Amino acid sequence: MSTLTPFGKIAIIGASSGIGLALSKELARPGRKIALVSRRLDELTSIATAINEKHGQEIAIPFRADVRDSDTAGEDLERIAESLGGLDVLIYSTGLMTRIDRQDYDTTGDLGMVSVNINGAVAWMNAAARRFAIARSGTIVGISSVAADRGRSANPVYGATKAFLDTYLEGLRNRIERYGCTVITIKPGPVKTPMTAGLGKLPLIISAEDAAGQIVRHMERGSRVAYIPGQWKMVMFAVKLIPSAIFKFLNF
Amino acid sequence: MYKHRSELLPNSRQERVVGWGIAGNSLAHVYRPINTLGIRDVIEVARMTGKSVGLRGAGRSYGDASMNSEGIVLDLTRMSRILNWDPHSGIIDVEPGVTVQQLWKYIIEDGWWPPVVPGTMFPTVGGCVGMNIHGKNNFKVGPIGDHVLEFDLLKVDGTQETCSRHVNSDLFHAVIGSAGCLGIIVRVQLQMKRVCSGLLNVEPIPVRNFDELFDVFSQRLKKSDYLVGWIDCFASGEDAGRGLVHQANYLCEDEEVDSHQSLRVVNQELPDNILGIVPKSVVWRFMRPLTNDIGVKSVNAAKYLMSLRASLPHQQSHAGFAFLLDYVPDWKKAYGDTGLVQFQSFVPDATARDAFKSQLAQCKKANRTPYLGVFKKHRSDNFLLSHAVDGYSLALDFSVTPNSVDDLLNLATELTQITLRAGGRFYLAKDSMLHRTDFASSLPSESLVQFTELKKRMDPEEVLQTNLYRRLLRSA
Repeated sequence: MSTLTPFGKIAIIGASSGIGLALSKELARPGRKIALVSRRLDELTSIATAINEKHGQEIAIPFRADVRDSDTAGEDLERIAESLGGLDVLIYSTGLMTRIDRQDYDTTGDLGMVSVNINGAVAWMNAAARRFAIARSGTIVGISSVAADRGRSANPVYGATKAFLDTYLEGLRNRIERYGCTVITIKPGPVKTPMTAGLGKLPLIISAEDAAGQIVRHMERGSRVAYIPGQWKMVMFAVKLIPSAIFKFLNF
Repeated sequence: MYKHRSELLPNSRQERVVGWGIAGNSLAHVYRPINTLGIRDVIEVARMTGKSVGLRGAGRSYGDASMNSEGIVLDLTRMSRILNWDPHSGIIDVEPGVTVQQLWKYIIEDGWWPPVVPGTMFPTVGGCVGMNIHGKNNFKVGPIGDHVLEFDLLKVDGTQETCSRHVNSDLFHAVIGSAGCLGIIVRVQLQMKRVCSGLLNVEPIPVRNFDELFDVFSQRLKKSDYLVGWIDCFASGEDAGRGLVHQANYLCEDEEVDSHQSLRVVNQELPDNILGIVPKSVVWRFMRPLTNDIGVKSVNAAKYLMSLRASLPHQQSHAGFAFLLDYVPDWKKAYGDTGLVQFQSFVPDATARDAFKSQLAQCKKANRTPYLGVFKKHRSDNFLLSHAVDGYSLALDFSVTPNSVDDLLNLATELTQITLRAGGRFYLAKDSMLHRTDFASSLPSESLVQFTELKKRMDPEEVLQTNLYRRLLRSA
């Protein structure tokens, strides 16, 4: 009786690597259906096969979609829901961080981040919110970042896209929570993923698997905004208190 | 194929479609045609988009019988005309969306009553026939299918056939009770029952345990028109099965002085408030704080103890006796947002007593006491997927909470096994937890095979599908 199982039908956007990949494995359990969505169909197919073989039944189903094609997100999500037989959770775990040096003003790279982190996020999460509001239930999980909390000289646009996400998710939550839906903003610190590879030693860094485990616990708990690991909440509280006049001299 | 998909299936047609007891978030594209042309259009849309079509009436099945998640739902509630009524013969022709409420209100002033009604008046006739529902008189008059004279079936190929016991007899006995998966009933002709009064003689009989319950039923079967038992499932040990039986009988012709009055619709209607002041529509809110183990246990005990002191025979209107569930509209909301499930099993005479005793014992063991237990007598019939046996049924309502789902599913598996060992059957209008293999083994070995053959003949592309069809009926 799948309708009684919470989080029975899940779509993970950006499931081929990083936190999305770890979430795919973490959430896989018999009786669930999980749509793995990303550009890289070959990788998704082998991930899905591995998950399904491990559990001895078809749980994961790969779907090819490029989040930069925001026009098709609505129809893609309908197609995915049809294949899963419904939709309970949408996790938007696609994120792009372009490497730049402090003197770079790489507009193409910056707008690439806008396209993935903002346009794609809005397209997919709007489509999910529309469904969930009609269905009177559903959970949206957006992966933001601690970087949303301050404008850092190291990467102005990355932080800004995540700040957009924070505000957007808050608005979405205020829109659909009244209908029994849940919107969760996850704010990870550095996580060991392809995004952070080669960035040197990072503070409070956790593995993608650890991050996925914590995200699932927040889903079960129905959190609204969650820093992972939890220590970041205090750290960012303090960081946010630093006056701009001082913050600008810090090489964050 | 996908190019015009969003035009054929606009987002604006998407609705939440759930069963009566199910707390789900199932979405479907819902269409409510007003005639067979509209139905044909919907089937065409389904063909062009590769979606399936699930039939739905009032959505009063407890489980997933009227759901078609991510498909198309063909809601027939707007096809609700009474096509013909002959007050001399009591034969009525109706469209499938006519509700039981519409039906009885239309005919009662002429001195007729539907021969079979469920415990609520909101289901549609199409749904009742599709599910082959029964009433508190199943032991005496059979299911509603036994009172269908004929029906018109619109097949998915667009053609229409009339089915009766004599014409297309195989279809007649298969469509009734197969949950709308073979074709679309667009007209039903039913035989109503003559009544000479709008009242019934009702006698409440308290019973102290299962043995007394069975004794009272077997003693009174022959002389009752209706018989139903309420069971306080919190009672255990010596008291297990204690409750209250209600026997009801039609009045004889000369028993009432002015029967014209009692046959008026206004004198049948259920009260629209409780205790004279509380509007009925808000009563479930007062029940909500009581809908937990302690609350229900106390209410049940009080109800039983009061019945011991004051159980006097009285007269009650047909509607008042038949539609118990409608006294509190939306009563299911008292169970909270997560809904309820009902487990109802139909067990032959010889094994029923032991089976029901062990079912309640199993509930006790699992620490999941049903909040409502309803007990009825049945007789077998010759419909293909019939749920009735020559025996008894026990319906158990369980509240669902997010944390208890797994426990409840495990308990349902146990109860199902007890039922199967006792040779029992299940009811598609109620079920939401069975597995296909268990459902198949509850039926005679040929039943599902015959159903599958008919499905292949009537609907080879499987256009007609529901969640229930995919769960229980579709051949593996």
